[in-house]
Amino acid sequence: MSLLSDPRFAEALSHLADYLGSHLRVSIAALALGLAVSFPLALLARNRPTLRNLLLGIASVVQTVPGLALLALFYPLLLALAALTLRWFGLSFSAFGFLPAVLALALYSMLPVLRNTITGLNGVDPGLIEAAKGVGMTERQALLMVELPLALPVIMAGIRTAAVWVIGTATLSTPIGQTSLGNYIFAGLQTQNWVLVMFGCVAAAVLALAVDQLLAFIELGLRTRSRARVGSGTAAIALMVGASLLPSLGSSPARYAIGAKTFTEQYVLSALISERLQAAGLSATSRAGLGSSVIYEALKNGDIDTYVDYSGTLWANQFHHREQMPRAALLAALQQDLARDKITLLGELGFENAYALVMPRQKATALGIRTVEDLARRSRDMSIAGDYEFFSRPEWAALRDAYGLAFRTQRQMQPDFMYAAVASGEVDVIAGYTSDGLIAKYDLVVLDDPKHAIPPYDAILLVSPKRAEDHALQDALRPLLGRIDIATMQQANLRASGSDADSSPQAVARWLWSRIAK
Amino acid sequence: MLGPIGRALALPWEGEQRASFEIAKGRMQPTPLISYDRVHKTFAGPAGAVAAVDDVSLDIAEGEFLAIVGSSGSGKTTLLRLANRLIEPDGGSIRIAGEDISCLEPVALRRRIGTVFQNGALFPHMTVAANIGITPRLLGTAPKAVAARVDELLDLVQLDRAAHRNRLPDALSGGQRQRVGVARALAAGPRIVLMDEPFGALDPLTRDTLGSDYRALHAQLGLTTVMITHDITEALLLADRIAVMRSGHLVEAGTPAALAASREPYVAELMTTPRRQAARLAALLPESGAA
Ligand SMILES: Nc1ncnc2c1ncn2[C@@H]1O[C@H](COP(=O)(O)OP(=O)(O)OP(=O)(O)O)[C@@H](O)[C@H]1O
Ligand SMILES: [Mg+2]
Repeated sequence: MSLLSDPRFAEALSHLADYLGSHLRVSIAALALGLAVSFPLALLARNRPTLRNLLLGIASVVQTVPGLALLALFYPLLLALAALTLRWFGLSFSAFGFLPAVLALALYSMLPVLRNTITGLNGVDPGLIEAAKGVGMTERQALLMVELPLALPVIMAGIRTAAVWVIGTATLSTPIGQTSLGNYIFAGLQTQNWVLVMFGCVAAAVLALAVDQLLAFIELGLRTRSRARVGSGTAAIALMVGASLLPSLGSSPARYAIGAKTFTEQYVLSALISERLQAAGLSATSRAGLGSSVIYEALKNGDIDTYVDYSGTLWANQFHHREQMPRAALLAALQQDLARDKITLLGELGFENAYALVMPRQKATALGIRTVEDLARRSRDMSIAGDYEFFSRPEWAALRDAYGLAFRTQRQMQPDFMYAAVASGEVDVIAGYTSDGLIAKYDLVVLDDPKHAIPPYDAILLVSPKRAEDHALQDALRPLLGRIDIATMQQANLRASGSDADSSPQAVARWLWSRIAK
Repeated sequence: MLGPIGRALALPWEGEQRASFEIAKGRMQPTPLISYDRVHKTFAGPAGAVAAVDDVSLDIAEGEFLAIVGSSGSGKTTLLRLANRLIEPDGGSIRIAGEDISCLEPVALRRRIGTVFQNGALFPHMTVAANIGITPRLLGTAPKAVAARVDELLDLVQLDRAAHRNRLPDALSGGQRQRVGVARALAAGPRIVLMDEPFGALDPLTRDTLGSDYRALHAQLGLTTVMITHDITEALLLADRIAVMRSGHLVEAGTPAALAASREPYVAELMTTPRRQAARLAALLPESGAA
């Protein structure tokens, strides 16, 4: 099948204007801010060795922080800051999306600009600086007329490096709520849609290359003192920014933002919600690929309006309760916790997506393992794999302590690879999810938890404080409550993990609705 | 005493000064144009303080061509840089046309003094014309007037206008670069020109031509020139007076004839080389004078 006629390609293309525009906006804003800060700092620091070493040291340390972590760190930082400004000045701002992304990326862009500006200026022949003074230039004139022009190639190389880094790293701003070309990559990775992943990567690379070449063109113009070149290069960048603003100006912004975490089920459910809202005549946009802690805060602050979470996750991670409770009691207690944050618990969808220890049925039978208790007796010789969060979540600590689990090795994996790994025997046990369609597909078995160490994980629909009285929204969502059982959700997830045209979250959401509506 | 070109060179801002100089000259007032009075300059070096210029007093008269000679590290460059306030003295004072330069604005002072640097120190990203026109431009001269001035100066230093105006310094020979360097120093019509080993890196023939061409300009424009050189022979041939520096001290200053007669051992030692050269040349080229 030709790539261009692949419906997934058309689907990817339909988001291009939005994703590319957002990506460009956040990148250019970050670069401009980074330049505006680091360029004067470099001028200030070049003749002050202590300050210079300090700045370069800090910038280098920042560079060693992985882009994803740096972006993720800015979210809680701004959140705390927003809480403070609210307390002190009665003013708050959104710590979600654009702002943390711009700040983190700007910080990321500083090292190459600082380093190259300082080295470039310090590399200018001292004899020429003396000559500049000798012919009667002031310090400022010497800087502008001699030092900067001579250091220009090195400085521009730094700016170009920064531009490429920022555009590349901006793909990682998706989890903190900034739409970018990373939306393709994150969604594609989660739903095993390689067309999307490729599309995102290629688009980001092409954008980086285009901006790099434009900057090279401007540099050439500066060097040859050609106003036409500098002007047209700058105009081209301004045009790109302008074009990136157009789509958001043209279409009225969607009224409702639907959040989704970083796994397949969430993509499907947010597509389902989106479809329901549209069917009710409400416009909706999706903020997918958000981190677990980001998404709740985003709802609390009204950056998103609704999303699906799981009771046990909120209970243990968000509200830090350690006590165990039966399903209904936990939901009731949780509702009170949520009410304190003014969040509406609209209701349960009808299925649970619990963490559970999972292993191949054959192996379990052969070893006589039915429960986690049985597993504990053999865990010393076994290996376990979990997703990136699992081993640092309270559920794992509870499970481990309740049963005395101690595995030979413990690995972290991309959730979608985990099931194949346990099925092939690469690991013995995985911490899977009960609603995952792959459990049935690979003939795996969920081990019982007789001590109820793992809390219940009912899928629940949450609505932001801002929409607490929004009946149109809530009425549109209510038909989903109590209608999705575990078998249906497993099937939906299995469909979504396929790699054909029917496996896009939108297609699966339509299928799911057809099942529910029956 | 100004030739026709020299008169054309006088810029508006500078006419007054020249007039006052003519008056001063007319009254034969002996005020030196540049005057060092017990000047000290010490640098903090890695092995303790270095007295680069130590108690130097030296007067340079209007219209004089003074050469400064001395071995490497003797303080020649330091002495020159003090005159246009690229560095400040630790002690003593320097006067130009009677004014203590520590009371003058350094940038304005440097614009009034022409400086020729070793190897030219032309700005590599600027064309020959832009290099030459830089000081007038800094002084706010209109672009048209600057362009006309650049052409005059190219004539003056004997470079073809059309062929050189738009070249970049990298495309010039060493000799051409120094000619541009001289033109740049003269562009704003200074009365004083400071030169730090201007012709040091050139081959002997080019060096000789450039030296005598500059000497002619010096006379033609009524300049006061202070030129540093390593080469005592060059100093003897070009300068009216020679100042000999040794480890920060001014050993002696005088005309070539006075230096030739000096009893000072270091000066006598310096004079042995040109003497030997002269004797050798006289023996080798007996007919040259007669022919
Ligand atoms: N900026 C400076 N900082 C520290 N020491 C300096 C500085 N400039 C000059 N010196 C020292 O002062 C002394 C005189 O230096 P100067 O450059 O005046 O010598 P010079 O006679 O011009 O030598 P050369 O013939 O090699 O150019 C030297 O010992 C030199 O190391
Ligand atoms: Mg020197």
